[in-house]
Amino acid sequence: MTAATPTAPDRVVPLGGSGRPARRAELYPGRRRVNWWLTAVLVVCSASVLVPFYLAVVTALKSPEQLGGSPWALPTEWRWDNFGTAIEVVDFPRALGNSAVVTAGAVVLTLLTNSLVGWVFARNMDRRFFRFGFYFLLAAMFIPFPVIMLPLVKQTSALGMDSLWGLVLLYAIYNLPFNTLLYTGYVRSIPYELEEAAALDGASPVRRFRSVVFPLLMPINATVVILAALGAWNDFLMPLVVLSDRAQYTLPLVQYAFQGQFNTQYSLAFASYLMALAPMVLVYVIGQKWIIGGVVRGSVK
Amino acid sequence: MTTSRRFAYTVGAVALLAFFAFHTLPALQGFFYSLTNYRGYGDWEWVGLKNYELLFSDARVGRAYRFTFGFAVVAAVLTNVISLALAVGLNGRIAFRRTLRAVFFVPNILSLLIVGYIFNFIFSSAVPQIGSALGVEALSTSILGNPDLAWVGIVVVSVWGASAVTTIIYLAGLQTVPVEVYEAASIDGATGWRRFSRVTFPILMPFVTINTLLTVKGFLMVFDQIIAMTGGGPGDATRSMSVLIFSAGFNAGEFAYQSANAIIFFVVIALVSLFQVRTMRSRERV
Repeated sequence: MTAATPTAPDRVVPLGGSGRPARRAELYPGRRRVNWWLTAVLVVCSASVLVPFYLAVVTALKSPEQLGGSPWALPTEWRWDNFGTAIEVVDFPRALGNSAVVTAGAVVLTLLTNSLVGWVFARNMDRRFFRFGFYFLLAAMFIPFPVIMLPLVKQTSALGMDSLWGLVLLYAIYNLPFNTLLYTGYVRSIPYELEEAAALDGASPVRRFRSVVFPLLMPINATVVILAALGAWNDFLMPLVVLSDRAQYTLPLVQYAFQGQFNTQYSLAFASYLMALAPMVLVYVIGQKWIIGGVVRGSVK
Repeated sequence: MTTSRRFAYTVGAVALLAFFAFHTLPALQGFFYSLTNYRGYGDWEWVGLKNYELLFSDARVGRAYRFTFGFAVVAAVLTNVISLALAVGLNGRIAFRRTLRAVFFVPNILSLLIVGYIFNFIFSSAVPQIGSALGVEALSTSILGNPDLAWVGIVVVSVWGASAVTTIIYLAGLQTVPVEVYEAASIDGATGWRRFSRVTFPILMPFVTINTLLTVKGFLMVFDQIIAMTGGGPGDATRSMSVLIFSAGFNAGEFAYQSANAIIFFVVIALVSLFQVRTMRSRERV
């Protein structure tokens, strides 16, 4: 830790006691001195993230006989058809489709409705109705899902909302308090004159929102999309209590529903787990910077 | 501007009505049912506050609270300590910074249920293998089958999952510390631990507040990983409040009773959140 002095190389700082880092910085201007010990420690720590994946992959590729051996060992014979069998057993394409529908639906509906609501609230905060509504939404954030789930299930099944579209609607509604908070904070930084100008040109409120405001909200829109996607894709409890038809089960739910069949066949279970995790990992590999940035903006607000 | 005012009121009213119908109304219904003996189906009668009276003498509920809060505190402390250390490391002058940061964030994008299943296997097969090879008695059998140790498994998975986003938030916090502050500190001779505790940590205090609030709130709701690893067992050693409300409320005909349980749990959570916000705010000002 001692060498982690974050002094920019071009600034020569008189260090009390140890003059070496400063002198090196002078010798190699523009080059950062890498702390290899710290790097090594962090690489070792990152094993805690990677080891579960290693175990999952080698287990998924073993034959039933090999499962009796050490869980840490590599497969002696790589059984790629475990994935094919798992796809058939859990009907992977169907579960993938369900998860995709719920996630895409939740993202689109959340983005379109919540941004509009956030904008409307932000621009009308001087009116009592909106101020009251805003605090009402904020207060509701204190109510966690397990508290309302028992009556909610009665309600959704009575209304025929125990379906993927019911879930989509519920996600858009439950995302509203937090996103309204995000959007109202951001809308205040957008100059009102832009909207006024559009209004003078005769643009309707919907048009003003669509062509003037919404494009300016892009940084927050990205955060909202990422959080809604991660939330809907990985959610387990809400689909578990809301969905009643097994054919509509999403990816996490399918892993839960098939535990009985998996019990004796760890390889199939792990092949199925890996396939369920893969789409989001793929998205993450492509949009890593974007996703991390979006999540951070969402949490720090 | 009358059309735009009418538009605003329409949007606001629709949004609030939808939210009321699917969030507030179920909460009110939950309160309503908590005053009955409804089992989730069939007839019901008013029972007044009887469910609430029973709650306070129900050992099962007491154990669920003890597990949930004990777990949340241990997991939140561990998550924050580990994340802070990782963030300081990632903020140092290291190689492969971007790759390492990306790797440590991976748990945040994964389904906690599936991660729980993978760790279930790790604790029941992979760890005992090492444990018996090394001759460590405690690790040679699955800790998830041991009523005294199963909670440790739940803590490990939860910390593993939650550290990802907590670390990234701390890292964002560290990057708000101006280089000049460190320079001033090193002129004064503060290095290493002293610099961290006297300079970095106080500046990070708002981020400690956010992370503590987020982790505690998340951990009090713990559900997915428990279902995947122990199902609340062995016995009810790892049965959290969410698991209890879910399993007894839906499957044991305790709809009304668990509704009362949920209402009290909500009050407790709200009090904890308010208490946290107040104490942390006051500490930040110092």
